[in-house]
This record gives sequence, structure tokens and C-alpha cells, in this order.
Amino acid sequence: MQQPSSLTKGERELIGSYVSSLNECKYCSNTHGAVAKHHLGDGEVVEQVKANKLQEANISLKMKALLNIAGKVQRSGRYVTEEDIAKARREEATDKEIHDTVLIAAAFCMFNRYVDGLGTTAPDDPDVYDQIGAYRAENGYQAPNNDIK
Amino acid sequence: MAFIPLPDDMPGIRGLMHYRPETALPLNRLVEVLLQSSSTLSKGERELIATYVSNLNKCKFCASIHGAIAKHHLNDEEMVTQVKKNPDEASVSSKLKALLRIAAKVQKSGRDVTEEDIDNARKEGASDIEIHDAVLIAAAFCMFNRYVDGLGTYAPDDQSIYDQIGAYRAENGYLAPNNTIK
Repeated sequence: MQQPSSLTKGERELIGSYVSSLNECKYCSNTHGAVAKHHLGDGEVVEQVKANKLQEANISLKMKALLNIAGKVQRSGRYVTEEDIAKARREEATDKEIHDTVLIAAAFCMFNRYVDGLGTTAPDDPDVYDQIGAYRAENGYQAPNNDIK
Repeated sequence: MAFIPLPDDMPGIRGLMHYRPETALPLNRLVEVLLQSSSTLSKGERELIATYVSNLNKCKFCASIHGAIAKHHLNDEEMVTQVKKNPDEASVSSKLKALLRIAAKVQKSGRDVTEEDIDNARKEGASDIEIHDAVLIAAAFCMFNRYVDGLGTYAPDDQSIYDQIGAYRAENGYLAPNNTIK
């Protein structure tokens, strides 16, 4: 999510928050939604993507095609079709972008199950996610946890 | 044909690991910790969880490979077949049955795991870390299975290929380079 890629950090975080939202994982969708918001400087697009309103969202056609693939992966890897891939290529997605989209979506199918399968708590207060989101966006995923105020 | 250009002689996740070594390394490290490092669950038991979840996800490559690794560790092919079919009727411990029931819930959604599922595992003697690891192994295979199938990789039909890879991985772990398949 943090290393150089032709997808921006904000775009990659949108994939993470979209899949987490489809998996109804409150903690991950809120945290990665907040990280995406910090990178993109746009909270509305994050809310649209999380609400699965991809057509309305102010994102590129390439991102729409990649999020469509991510949504298939969320249900099962077996649902991704040649047509889904061809559509992403027509919008100029590269092989690596397609690869990374599938792996990000798959990884969040792991993280979401890990977080919810062990019954962890997810705060209600949006400020908590904004604080974590801003810190992670600026410091990456290898930095120690920040203090939440 | 996979959806992205991958070497023809590298089926399943092998081609993907070759394609993107930057992500292969942390993925292999995770699976090495989960399935190979010391644990109160045997390597065979942990591979059974991975095989069971991969089979529920209908991921032919992962279910076949991890089934072959489990078979190698357990020296019991029948047990692997039974777990894939129905863990409740398999000749495995009551503790592993309870952990496999949790894994099946995780395969559908983490949100499906209940307090009762966890209590049942505890009653059969499962420790907190065993419960944690069962959930994370199940979750990790929900990732690996989607990665392998979501990019349309190819899974051989020849069982001897899985047996060769399985024996090699069981003996050498997940950080060793790929073996040559004959």
C-alpha cells in the first residue's frame, strides 16, 4: 500500500476500504477509508466507494474496472472472468495493476476475517479512525501504533 | 491461460510468486510462521486447516498442494480425504474438529464465528493461541485461494506433481526456492 506503484496510495486504499466494506468489516473499512481520505483529500469519494456506488463516484474508468474485479475477488477468485480483465485493459490498466488489485482484494479478505473472526472491537467514534488514518497515511504500516486521543 | 503473463511451467501460486517477488517474500514468510514454525498444533494439523479451507473455496491448486503436504506430514492419505469430505466424521481429535468448524465459519465470513464456536474449541482443550492461529490460517487461505484463482492461474491434473511439491515443501518449508518438478 505504501511502496511505489502506478496506482496512487489513495487508489490502493480505496480498493482496501471497498473490499472491507463488502465484507462488512467495520474496523478495516473505516480505518482504510480514513487512510484513503487522507491521501485523496476527498471524503465524499470514499463514502461513495464504500457504499458501492461506483458509477457515481468521482474516480477514473480504470479504477471502476479494477474495483469491479476487486468485488468479484471478494466473493470468490473464481468469479473473475476474461471479460472483467479485458475491460480493465481497455481502460489502460497494466498487468501489474491488475495483479495488485487482485492481491489487495484477496489480502483484505484475509485481514477482514482475521479481525472479525476473533471478535475484536471496532470503535463507533469516527475521530478515532481519522486519527489512525492520518497517522498511517503519513507513516506507513511498519511504524509503531500512534496514541489515540 | 492466466490473466497476466506467467511462465508456463509454474502452475498456481508459483507463477505469481515469480511475477511479483516483492509480495512473494512477505506472503511466504507469513505462511512459514503459520504452518511451519513451532506450535502446539502439529504441522500436519495446520496443513489440514489450510487444505480444508482451500477445498471449501474450491481452489484446486491450493487444496491439492496443501493436501499433499498434510499427507506427507501425517503419513495418512485417508485422513486428508476425510477432512476434505467432512471433518466431523474424520479420524482427527475433537479439538481439531472444533478448530475446523471455526475455520469453516471464517471461510464464509469472520462475522459468522460465535462465542459458542470458541467455547466449544476451549472445551476440547484448544488454547487461545491455537484459536488465534486457526482463524488466521483460515483467513490467510481465503487470501491465497482468491489470489490464485482471481488471476486465472492453471492447476495441473496430474496428482504426482502435487505429491512432488508437497513432499518438498513439507521437508523444506516455505522459504526454500522452488523444487524442479519431474
